[in-house]
Amino acid sequence: MSSAIAVRDLRKSYDGVEALRGISFEVTAGEVFGLLGPNGAGKTTAVEILEGYRNRDGGDASVLGYDPGDSPRAMRERIGVVLQHSEITPLLTVREAHLLFAGYYAKPRDVDEVLEVVGLMEKRDARVKTLSGGQKRRLDLGIALVGDPELVFLDEPTTGFDPAARRSAWEMILALRSLGKTILLTTHYLDEAQRLADRVAVIRAGRIIRLGTPAELIGDARSIEIRFLKNGEQVVIETKNPTQALNELTAEALATGYELEQLEVRRPTLEDVYLELVDEYDGDVE
Amino acid sequence: MTVLLHQLKFEQRVFWRSREAAVFIFIFPLLLYALLGSIYGDEIDGVPAADVLLAGLFGYGAANTAFGGLAITLVIRREAGILKRLRSTPLPPWTYLATVLLSTLMVFALQAVALLVLGSLAFDASMPANPLGFAGAIVLGVAAFAGLGVGAASLIRSAEGVSAVVNVIVLPMAFLSGSFGPTREFPVFLQAIADVLPLTYFIDIVYGVYLDGESLFADPKALGVLAAWGIAGLAVALKRFTWMPRER
Ligand SMILES: Nc1ncnc2c1ncn2[C@@H]1O[C@H](COP(=O)(O)OP(=O)(O)OP(=O)(O)O)[C@@H](O)[C@H]1O
Ligand SMILES: [Mg+2]
Repeated sequence: MSSAIAVRDLRKSYDGVEALRGISFEVTAGEVFGLLGPNGAGKTTAVEILEGYRNRDGGDASVLGYDPGDSPRAMRERIGVVLQHSEITPLLTVREAHLLFAGYYAKPRDVDEVLEVVGLMEKRDARVKTLSGGQKRRLDLGIALVGDPELVFLDEPTTGFDPAARRSAWEMILALRSLGKTILLTTHYLDEAQRLADRVAVIRAGRIIRLGTPAELIGDARSIEIRFLKNGEQVVIETKNPTQALNELTAEALATGYELEQLEVRRPTLEDVYLELVDEYDGDVE
Repeated sequence: MTVLLHQLKFEQRVFWRSREAAVFIFIFPLLLYALLGSIYGDEIDGVPAADVLLAGLFGYGAANTAFGGLAITLVIRREAGILKRLRSTPLPPWTYLATVLLSTLMVFALQAVALLVLGSLAFDASMPANPLGFAGAIVLGVAAFAGLGVGAASLIRSAEGVSAVVNVIVLPMAFLSGSFGPTREFPVFLQAIADVLPLTYFIDIVYGVYLDGESLFADPKALGVLAAWGIAGLAVALKRFTWMPRER
C-alpha cells in the first residue's frame, strides 16, 4: 500500500510559540487516520500545513506525492477540505454553493447526489446564511466532497451536529472509506475516533505521544472495570481477569443471597485511555 | 476560461443579491446625481451643469465601485474565511481576482450607462462626444481604482471597520476632486491636496472624452498620475495581500 500522506519531523512556530515540535506519521491510501489532542495541541496547524495553507518551518511533508508547501493545482484537484473555521458566500443557496464549487473541478460529483449524501436535500434552495450551525457544517462537508476527492481532510467535521446527524456523518465517512478514499480526521469526540479511525495519533503540545489503532491504544491500557452497588455504596473492581473476578463475585453473592445491584462490566474506551494519556503528560509540557 | 465565466456568473449573482452593495454601490451615485442636478443652475463656467456633474459622478462612481466596493468585498470575504476556503480548491487565485475585477467592471459600466440615461432623460445631459474613448476611460478608471482597492484591502484589518475606512477616503476625495461640483473656490491648500488625488485626474480624463471629444490619450500627465496610483496600490497588494483571515 502506498502512503497518501507522509510527514517527517514536521515543525512549526508562531512568533516563538512552538506549535509543532517535530511530528512524524504516515497515512496509508484508503485509511481513516485520526488526529486527537487537547485544544492548542497543534492539530489544525498540522492539517493546514498539509492542505497547503501554512508553511512549515522544518521537516518533510508529502501529500499524494506533492509537496504541500507548493500547493500545486494538481494536488488541490485531488483533495477535499473541511476547515475548522470557514464560510461560504452567504447569499447563495445551498445548491448554488455546491454548483459553484463543483465548477472548479475537472470531474465533479453530481450535486444532487452530494446534497442527498450530506442530508441537505430539503434545504437545497435555502440561502446559506439562513442555515443552522449543524446545517452549515453539513454544507462544508458537501462542498468538500463535491470535487470527488481521493483524500479528504476533516478538521472537527461533526462539531455542532446533533446525535442523529453525527451518526449519519459517520455512515458517510465509512461510506467514503469503502470507496477507497483516504481520510485525515481531527476530532474531540473520542467515540467518533474509536468508531471511524483505523489508526489514531494523540498529539499533545506539538508532539505525538501515542500512535496506533484504537484497539492497540486501549489494549496497552488498563484492566477491565466491574462496578456494582453494595448496601448503596459504589464498588469498583479493576481486573485483568474479568471472567475469574466475575465468577468469584457472583458465587459469593449467590451464597450469601444478596443482589449485585446495577452490575456493570466495562471495557475502557478510547476516551478513558486518552484522558489518562493526556493527564500523564500534563507534567512535562515545557 | 470556462472557470472564469463560471465564477463571473456567480460573482454577479451574489452582487445583485446583496441589497446593501447594490444600493450603496449602484444606486447611490445615481441618487447623488439626481440631487445635485436639481440644485445646480443651468451652467457651471459656461458648460451645462448636467454635463459637468455627470463627469464628476462618473468619477465618484468609479472610485466608489472599484475602490470602495472592491475593498469592502475583499476584506469581508477574507475575514469570514471565504477566500481561505477557495484557496484549497483548484480555482487558480489569479482567475479569482480577475473575475472579481471583471465583475466590478460590469457593474460600473452598467452604472455609467444608467447615469447617462438618467442625465439625458432628467437633465438633458449630453451623450459622450468620444464614445470609444469614454468606454476606454471606464475600463482605465476601474483598473486604476481596483488596483488601489486591492491595495487598501491588504492594509485594512477588520471587517467591522472596512466600510467606515473606505468612506472616510472616498467621500472627501470625491468632494475635493470635484465630483460633486466645481472646486474653483476651494482654499488653496485643499486644491493642493486635490492636485495629487487620482480621482482629480480621472475626472479630467472623463471630461476630455465625454465633453470635449478628445482622445483618451490627450492628457499624458493625467494618465500617468492615474496609472501611478493604480500601480502603487497593486504593489502594496502584491506585498501584503493574504487569503487568510487576520486573526488566525
Ligand atoms: N496563526 C497563528 N498565530 C499564532 N499562534 C497560532 C496560530 N495558529 C495557531 N497558533 C497557536 O499554535 C498552537 C496550536 O494551535 P492549533 O490551532 O494547531 O491547535 P488545535 O490542536 O487545532 O486546537 P483545537 O483543538 O482548539 O482546534 C496554539 O497554541 C495556538 O495558539
Ligand atoms: Mg484545531
